[in-house]
Amino acid sequence: MSERVLRVGLPVFVLVLVVAAWHAVVQAFAIPAYVLPTPGLVLSTLIADGDLLWHSLLVTLSITFEGFVLATIGGIAMAIAFNQWRVVEYSLYPYAVILQVTPVIAIAPLLLIYLPQPLAVLACAWIVAFFPVLANTTLGLSSVDHNLLTLFDLYKASRWQVLWKLKLPAALPQMLAGLRIAGGLSLIGAVVAEIAAGSAGAGSGLAYRIAESGYRLNIPRMFAALFLLSLTGVAIFFVLSALSYFMLHRWHESAVKRER
Amino acid sequence: MSPSMSNQPVVSLRQVGKTFASGLRALDHFDLSVSDGEFISLLGPSGCGKSTALRIIAGLSAPSEGAVEWEGNGTGNAGKIGFVFQEPTLMPWADVAANVRLPLELAQIEASDAVGRALARAGLIDFAQCYPRELSGGMKMRASIARALVTEPQLLLMDEPFAALDEINRFKLNDDLLSVWQELRRTVIFVTHSVFESVYLSQRIVVMTPRPGRVFTEIAIPARYPRDEHFRTSADYAGFCRQVAQSLSQAMGGAA
Repeated sequence: MSERVLRVGLPVFVLVLVVAAWHAVVQAFAIPAYVLPTPGLVLSTLIADGDLLWHSLLVTLSITFEGFVLATIGGIAMAIAFNQWRVVEYSLYPYAVILQVTPVIAIAPLLLIYLPQPLAVLACAWIVAFFPVLANTTLGLSSVDHNLLTLFDLYKASRWQVLWKLKLPAALPQMLAGLRIAGGLSLIGAVVAEIAAGSAGAGSGLAYRIAESGYRLNIPRMFAALFLLSLTGVAIFFVLSALSYFMLHRWHESAVKRER
Repeated sequence: MSPSMSNQPVVSLRQVGKTFASGLRALDHFDLSVSDGEFISLLGPSGCGKSTALRIIAGLSAPSEGAVEWEGNGTGNAGKIGFVFQEPTLMPWADVAANVRLPLELAQIEASDAVGRALARAGLIDFAQCYPRELSGGMKMRASIARALVTEPQLLLMDEPFAALDEINRFKLNDDLLSVWQELRRTVIFVTHSVFESVYLSQRIVVMTPRPGRVFTEIAIPARYPRDEHFRTSADYAGFCRQVAQSLSQAMGGAA
């Protein structure tokens, strides 16, 4: 119980401390709002610009979600293809790696030339998010207990039975770890693409609001949008962690509480 | 040999040899004939090719030379053979009932009561909904045996199944295995490196030489079933153990 109090209480205490210090510094040095707004001003901006920011949040959320879903489907499908046909793996894996190691911020301007902006943003979200799903699922599919594989051989299981009843369930822990990473990354991909689109963009997501507020020196709104972005990332992380726990807690050591 | 046993061989290995890709010679001119309903042990030190012989019988590995002949020129097809590994080898994401049901699912056999029967036989009815990680080592092995028996196979192959268990559990599982064997009257080939276990369980013990594995000698254990604690503490048992231990020692190339 006291452990729990500490785990919640300490971060809250730190938050209060930081916010108070922030407020004090702004007051003491009479820093203008267009350089550093007080926390109170950020909060009131959040409320005053609520409609606008809420709309932007929904735009960012939906792109992130679409990118995440496509990355999940694409990553898992590609991992299955890699696992089933070595030719596919050897042909495509190097390019999957190249796509991953090339910074997305460098790809985004090109994509913005060739694709309509919403599609380019979605593509960026997908590019950064699909690789961890692919890599983790591939690892999971190939780390099946050899004796279980032998057992399936013994009963003359078909290739699809091995995939469906053995490899995919066995890969679930790694797959979910991949999804947890992909969730955060698809948000980053979406933000990067919107920032890259910048003032030329017709976007209306949170990242676009940040870029736009920057140009207008509307620093309080910048903070408010940033705050919402962080909140979104945290929410995505919690939702995916909960999903992982829900699917693994009966059987996988990572999700099972250790008895002492 | 016990008179209740028919002499028709279920499976025979004729002059089977096995060389692995690494160049390791695991089996050499290995001959074995297993009769219907027999309980036979392959006894030898680790690395003597007993597991290889078992895997060849199961069709999991192809012999380099020689042949495996099945009763009536048949093959060892799915469902005819049950296999128990040294580790329980259960699917951690599935509960005990689902693990036991697996062979039926893979063979697409509809047998709703088979799972229940197999669980009951293994004393696992109350654990059907448990996940493997919630079970003790002995219980996991029971689930593994229940799974091997769910198709009611003609031949049960066991590869040192109790080697990792403590003695109390091993004795208990030995007894339960014998009672299941007597109830079902299936053929069992049991691989072990324990002299005591092989004598307690088997009608016949095949003592193997190491590297490459050959049959050194076969020893019949003509003690009656059911065997229990009385047998384990009897002078007969001690005598058989001594005889088998001596042969094993000779097979290893050492003095008795």
